[in-house]
Amino acid sequence: MDGLILFDPLFRVPFFNGLLLAVVLSLLGAYLRMREEWLSAFALSQVAAAGGVLSLPLGLPMVLTASVAAGVVALVFGLLPRVNNNHYGWTILLGWSAALIFAANTHQGSVVVESLLRGQLYFSNPWHLVSALVLLCLLFASVRWLSSRLMIGRFFPDHFSANGIPAWRHRLPFGALVVFAVVLGTVAMGAVPAFAMFFVPAWVSFVLCRGWRKALVMTVALALAAYLVGFALAIELDQPFGPTMVLVLVLLAPLRLLAKWHGEGSVR
Amino acid sequence: MAGYTGPVVGPVSFDLYAGEVLGLGGANGAGKSTLLRALTGSARIFSGRIDRHPSGVRVAHHRQRPERPPELPLLGRELVALLGAPSDPPPLIARLMGQPIALMSGGQYQLLQAWACLNSGADVVLLDEPTNNLDGSAIEVLSGILHRLGPDRAVILVSHERPFLEANCNRQLDISEWTA
Repeated sequence: MDGLILFDPLFRVPFFNGLLLAVVLSLLGAYLRMREEWLSAFALSQVAAAGGVLSLPLGLPMVLTASVAAGVVALVFGLLPRVNNNHYGWTILLGWSAALIFAANTHQGSVVVESLLRGQLYFSNPWHLVSALVLLCLLFASVRWLSSRLMIGRFFPDHFSANGIPAWRHRLPFGALVVFAVVLGTVAMGAVPAFAMFFVPAWVSFVLCRGWRKALVMTVALALAAYLVGFALAIELDQPFGPTMVLVLVLLAPLRLLAKWHGEGSVR
Repeated sequence: MAGYTGPVVGPVSFDLYAGEVLGLGGANGAGKSTLLRALTGSARIFSGRIDRHPSGVRVAHHRQRPERPPELPLLGRELVALLGAPSDPPPLIARLMGQPIALMSGGQYQLLQAWACLNSGADVVLLDEPTNNLDGSAIEVLSGILHRLGPDRAVILVSHERPFLEANCNRQLDISEWTA
């Protein structure tokens, strides 16, 4: 076992940072899929990358500038009467372009943007780990309260306006959780791997499970399994972590075929 | 007067009292659904007002085409629990409690949504074409629920099926004449 660098203390902080983020991102991904807003995670990650690059000329922490950029765009989404995939698609294009143009015109910008697009999990520091832990605690503390409101808003969209209940009370904290998850996920894993964590586990589990709670449990379980396998393979085979984990997540896709054998169990 | 970018329906004036099932009829496009949406605040009121007595009246709205995201693993019982509806429905609906909503037929889902709204504890229930996609037995179940409504609750029922309105409403209004 001493040959396994996987167990090197050097990797402990990065490992647990990614582990916590896998739980947070996949769980929020289930709610984004329920609301048919899953593409927003990718849009916000591109914007976060663009905001992160601006940290250099502004002399501010990367997480701060990335959070502000993603937060502003999330707020704009929230203020629009109706947001759909077209809005997210345009945001992806603009965010990606902005990130690379900012990088090309900023000293060391290309290094930063590459780290944001590819991820830098191995460079996670204790501050990143604490941030992920705080995010996880906030999510667990609020998920029960948020869940019923997000679902009522999805299935009975007029419930809040009909009863004079301000919908921002649940939409704002949910949006804030998504923004911070996107930022921490993008900084640690990279834009595409973080999006894959939002997208794939829920996409697979939703067709395999009967019941919302079971689907959430399976979503998180798949995310953790993919993360653990991806992390181990990346280190042991000396491969970049982000693409390796994305490949592992992609390999989960055939599990959806099990829904056919489930018969009634599937929801497709 | 109510509508979206411009007025669609109105001017219209009516009262709704506890214990009543008020039927709204009228031609397609007359603005029946818009009127319900105005009552829920999701359509714009251009002039006039809606008074609620008492002000804390709770409202449930069953849309004409209920929202159903694809591939969602939510069970029937989980859906009705969102509005606080009890899990002891009539047999036809009880069968749906353990079934994922994604596997239900359009009629089954329509009936489940209507049942959830009618048993949500809301003081006023707005039902927009609840008989869409329902077969005869499901319509009977829905009629039974409407007839057992408590004296402290009220329903506004929009339907293009005149026999259903006549069988289940205390009072009917035809809003075609109010179309803006």
